[in-house]
Amino acid sequence: MSLSADEVRRVADLARLELSDAEIALMATQLSAIVDYINQLQSINTDGVEPLAHASDVHDIFREDVPVVSLPPAEALANAPARKGDFYRVPPVFGE
Amino acid sequence: MLNLTATELLQKQAAGDLTAETIALAYLQRLRETEPRVQAFLTVDDADVLAQAKAIDARRRRGEPLGRLAGVPVALKDVLCVKGQRTTCGSKILRNFVPPYDAHVVTQLRAADAVLIGKTNCDEFAMGSSTENSAYQITHNPWGHERTPGGSSGGSAAAVAAGQAPLSLGTDTGGSIRQPASFCGIVGLKPTYGRVSRFGLVAYGSSLDQIGPFAHDTRDAALLLEVIAGHDPRDSTCVNQTVPEYTRMLDQKLAPLTIGVANEYFGEGLDPEIEQFVRDALKVYERLGATIKPIALPHSPYSIATYYLVATAEASGNLARYDGVHFGHRAETFTGLIDMMKKSRGEGFGTEVKRRIMLGTYALSSGYIDAYYLKALKVRRLIRQDFDRAFADCDVIVGPTSPTAAFKIGEKVSDPLAMYLSDIYTISANLAGIPGISVPCGFTKAGLPIGLQILAAPFAEEKMLRVAHMYERETAWHTRRAGV
Repeated sequence: MSLSADEVRRVADLARLELSDAEIALMATQLSAIVDYINQLQSINTDGVEPLAHASDVHDIFREDVPVVSLPPAEALANAPARKGDFYRVPPVFGE
Repeated sequence: MLNLTATELLQKQAAGDLTAETIALAYLQRLRETEPRVQAFLTVDDADVLAQAKAIDARRRRGEPLGRLAGVPVALKDVLCVKGQRTTCGSKILRNFVPPYDAHVVTQLRAADAVLIGKTNCDEFAMGSSTENSAYQITHNPWGHERTPGGSSGGSAAAVAAGQAPLSLGTDTGGSIRQPASFCGIVGLKPTYGRVSRFGLVAYGSSLDQIGPFAHDTRDAALLLEVIAGHDPRDSTCVNQTVPEYTRMLDQKLAPLTIGVANEYFGEGLDPEIEQFVRDALKVYERLGATIKPIALPHSPYSIATYYLVATAEASGNLARYDGVHFGHRAETFTGLIDMMKKSRGEGFGTEVKRRIMLGTYALSSGYIDAYYLKALKVRRLIRQDFDRAFADCDVIVGPTSPTAAFKIGEKVSDPLAMYLSDIYTISANLAGIPGISVPCGFTKAGLPIGLQILAAPFAEEKMLRVAHMYERETAWHTRRAGV
């Protein structure tokens, strides 16, 4: 099975990943080879097998609903690429 | 001093023969001398290292109680957050990221009075098997300059093998502790999923990632595991189970001992030289009275395909956070919000990370999720059931850690699938959530280390360590040191 350049572009768009034309061409070849390899799983009979998302036996862990100290704004914002006061600054979301 | 184990460094400090400061100075000097050739570290702050060591010496002089790793330098893979110290994950996208908090394992190390010596190189976001995917530098194997140290925790493994630190921490998502331990001739242990808190570990494949120790021998690995293991409410998958005293039980031989050997781990692709040393190791166990029992892991040939769907699907979600908004790289020029995200990610991520995000996104996308992601989760259960059945018949499973010794730098970078296949024997343990350890079991004619992998049932680290230690006591491979 091979992935077309258009299919790679569609996936890159879903992943919010800008790829150059050269990267798209390389991905199409490499992902096709990997997907071919992965397709060996289709030969295994998994009828009636429950998916295993997690090897741990612990589920639904809750803590007491009590307030705990959070990061102060200055520390939480210290790594922001752009900020305005105590806010992260981003380009306009609406009306682009 | 640099050939001593952590256990010996602790004894010598207690006896007054060494101080934390002299130890720190010696390791820093060794690090400066060897780094131009090894390139294991991304960040070392000498002044901070010495300040930590002096503070421990001062407390010792005052007669204060000290922790279990007092004055012992420990290196950290650069995917573990240290408050106030740059944490890059080997990625350009986190070039300037300074975490506002410590990972849980770092908190544990500080409480044990370890000296944090620095942050080590790794494949970008732990994605790789050779540490060549780091955006910053190529780490060289201390046993052969033209060889990779393995990966993704190659910097942590090389640092211990080169005598730059007696202990280090790595992370293992598909073999990233055990394979580099094998390539670098040291001990590396991946704990059971849930044994060690992942809080403050930058996530790659959240249902697979575990933090674990690198050391020269099993006693040091057991000691470091004791310090980092245990319950932490900040990781909901981390179990609330008492941590056994691994070091106290270590000398007790396991008897009777049944060792499972799977044909699937001795098939095509295994270097005959490696096979010979692994078979010799099994003979050592037989001499010690162990019963060798054939077992079957029929789904293990599918583990790589399963892994590259599960891990990449999880990675595509985990790495969505790098969008140029809250932290990490933001592109300089863009048109609007979505373009800012695409360009920031396109510029910040390296090729392997992009490849895995793409594969994971594809496997989760509409029309493919049943055929790929859900299918992989079902096969994952079959892989786990193979192990459950096997461990009903044996105490541990023994085999090679990797099908070859350390491969050459550049040898596999252009063929991702060939690189993935170097994890063939380690990867199923992550899918099943079971613990595994790699211990040195020989050297190739070319002088490269060979690793023996021992796998055990969930939370059977104590048994696994005792079995590993039985072999270590009969052999001297772990005492060899690389001459860098």
